[in-house]
Amino acid sequence: MSAVPKQSLIAGLKAGVRIKWLILKTAMEERLVYRGDFAFATLVRFLPIITQVFLWNAIYAGDTTSSLNGYTYPTMVSYYLLVMVARAFSSMPGLSTGIAESVRNGSVRKYLLQPVDMLDYLFWHRIAHKLVYYIIAAGPFALVFWVCREYLPGWPERPVLIAFVCSLIMAFMIGFLIEALIGLISFWFLEVSSLIFIYMMMNYFLSGHMIPLEWMAEWIPWVYYLPFRYLAYFPAAIVLGRIPPETLPFELSVQFAWIIVLFVANRIAFTRGVNRYGAFGG
Amino acid sequence: MIIAFFQAAVPSELVQTLASTNITAMSAIVVKNLCRTYKVYRKREGLLASLRGLLHREYNEVHAVRDVSFNIEEGEMLAFLGPNGAGKTTTLKLLSGLIVPTSGTATVLGHIPWKREDGYRRRFSLVTGQKEQLWWDLPAQESFRLHKEIYRINTSDYNSRLTELTELLDVTELMGQPVRELSLGERMRMELIAALLHRPDVLFLDEPTIGLDVISQRKVQQFLRKYQKEQRITVILTSHYMKDVEALCERAIVINKGTVVHDGPLEDIVDRFSQHKIIELHFGVNSSPKGIERYGVVLEDRGPMIRLQVEKQKVSAVLSKVLAEYEIDDVSVSERPLEDVIAELFSSEDQSDSASPRR
Repeated sequence: MSAVPKQSLIAGLKAGVRIKWLILKTAMEERLVYRGDFAFATLVRFLPIITQVFLWNAIYAGDTTSSLNGYTYPTMVSYYLLVMVARAFSSMPGLSTGIAESVRNGSVRKYLLQPVDMLDYLFWHRIAHKLVYYIIAAGPFALVFWVCREYLPGWPERPVLIAFVCSLIMAFMIGFLIEALIGLISFWFLEVSSLIFIYMMMNYFLSGHMIPLEWMAEWIPWVYYLPFRYLAYFPAAIVLGRIPPETLPFELSVQFAWIIVLFVANRIAFTRGVNRYGAFGG
Repeated sequence: MIIAFFQAAVPSELVQTLASTNITAMSAIVVKNLCRTYKVYRKREGLLASLRGLLHREYNEVHAVRDVSFNIEEGEMLAFLGPNGAGKTTTLKLLSGLIVPTSGTATVLGHIPWKREDGYRRRFSLVTGQKEQLWWDLPAQESFRLHKEIYRINTSDYNSRLTELTELLDVTELMGQPVRELSLGERMRMELIAALLHRPDVLFLDEPTIGLDVISQRKVQQFLRKYQKEQRITVILTSHYMKDVEALCERAIVINKGTVVHDGPLEDIVDRFSQHKIIELHFGVNSSPKGIERYGVVLEDRGPMIRLQVEKQKVSAVLSKVLAEYEIDDVSVSERPLEDVIAELFSSEDQSDSASPRR
């Protein structure tokens, strides 16, 4: 008797995997339709990296040995480059605005009418976008790292490298879940663009994108307890050895716990939001 | 005898419920006392009023659907008629689970739509004029493949259905073109394919031919008729084109201001709501004679032919007088076109409504 449900469970899982794969493939094809625009946007995104490196050069006045709040000029450049890598995983251009837009124009109905889960769909869609982005951005990234090779600390040890990769993958998930959550708020308030702007500003400061979090912590001691730090600071800090290796497993589990919390929050917001849409929306 | 025993053994209420479930099992869609009220924020004119609105919001209640009940049998094709804002689309939204009713119940294929179970979602489709199922930048075939996985259609079914639908709708050559490059009519046909690939048992069509040219309109119409006949699917259609409705549906529900005004055969609408008939007269002389306006409204005056709109009760009286008075070659009496009757029905209700003060 138990054989039948088990089989259908496996068939269901198989179908689930197949659909995720197809969303991935289709979204990648869709992305590649605009590959020219995409490649250009990618290149433009590298310009700030170069200006930022020059900026830090000016701040340190070219001095490679003196240290500001524990960061020398070479460490600062490495920090900045690693933050860029982390952001390549955690930034989600257009995710919140996309959800808000689909709620406003009604195309969110697709996910209510068809037997497909919106968050699941958007997640795989986003992975596809990211994969296409990495393919195009890999070259420029390698070039920038090669140019700045003198400042970089060299290859980290294997456990650190593994922790770095884990933190990047989880940075992607946290970035996705936070932005999706903000997008879902549009079920309550149709206009969320100002909210998104506030989030972007907060993200810029609290994730360590602008300056290392050690510098922020002087004014905002609780900055380490927020999920934002996993979006930029944390992966970079791992490679730069700012997080003691023995605490890495604990730190990574805290990051994972954030994923669970945000995931649950997303599910609740989605279920309530859809019901609200059903109750008020047209 | 068995039934008698059965009746004796169990309480009569139970027998009745059994009997009624038996009846509803035949119905694909059962709607009972469905109501849907929207709360709409009332914004007054002017900046000051807007500021006041921030502190204290006033809401208007809009009854989009009130106390709507009907049954639809399996394999029936039914039209929803009514002016804009009558509640047609709201009803379809309720039945497809997009919105939750304020009160009342509905079951479609035994499911409560707004529970949005996958088991139900695999069995119906909603096609609206908004056309949003396809991926804009990709050829339609990519979207169809995605549908195949979303609805878990097995490969051989998928292939045969796709071939059948693309041939029926005459879009085989367009499958490889990005959707954004297709014309409105072509896109609508692709949309229909996407909606039918999983072979739904129930299909809701909300203005499927809106904005299409006559040829595309007819193509979609012909396709729907053929497909519905073959597959015996249950269809609800809303349309402003009476041509669509007359070509496809036998039964119509006329809905106005959220309530059902008429539920029955399409031709009954004309019988019930039209106060007039049309008399077509061909005169023996070469031009139409004078004085004919006394008997009714002249709709058309072309040489010896005149079309006259006459009140229903007066038709025989007018006919006998006209036949006695003029030299007439040919005469025929016909019903008014459905389109006119419906337009008249709604506009007359609007007038009587606006004459009485609201709220």
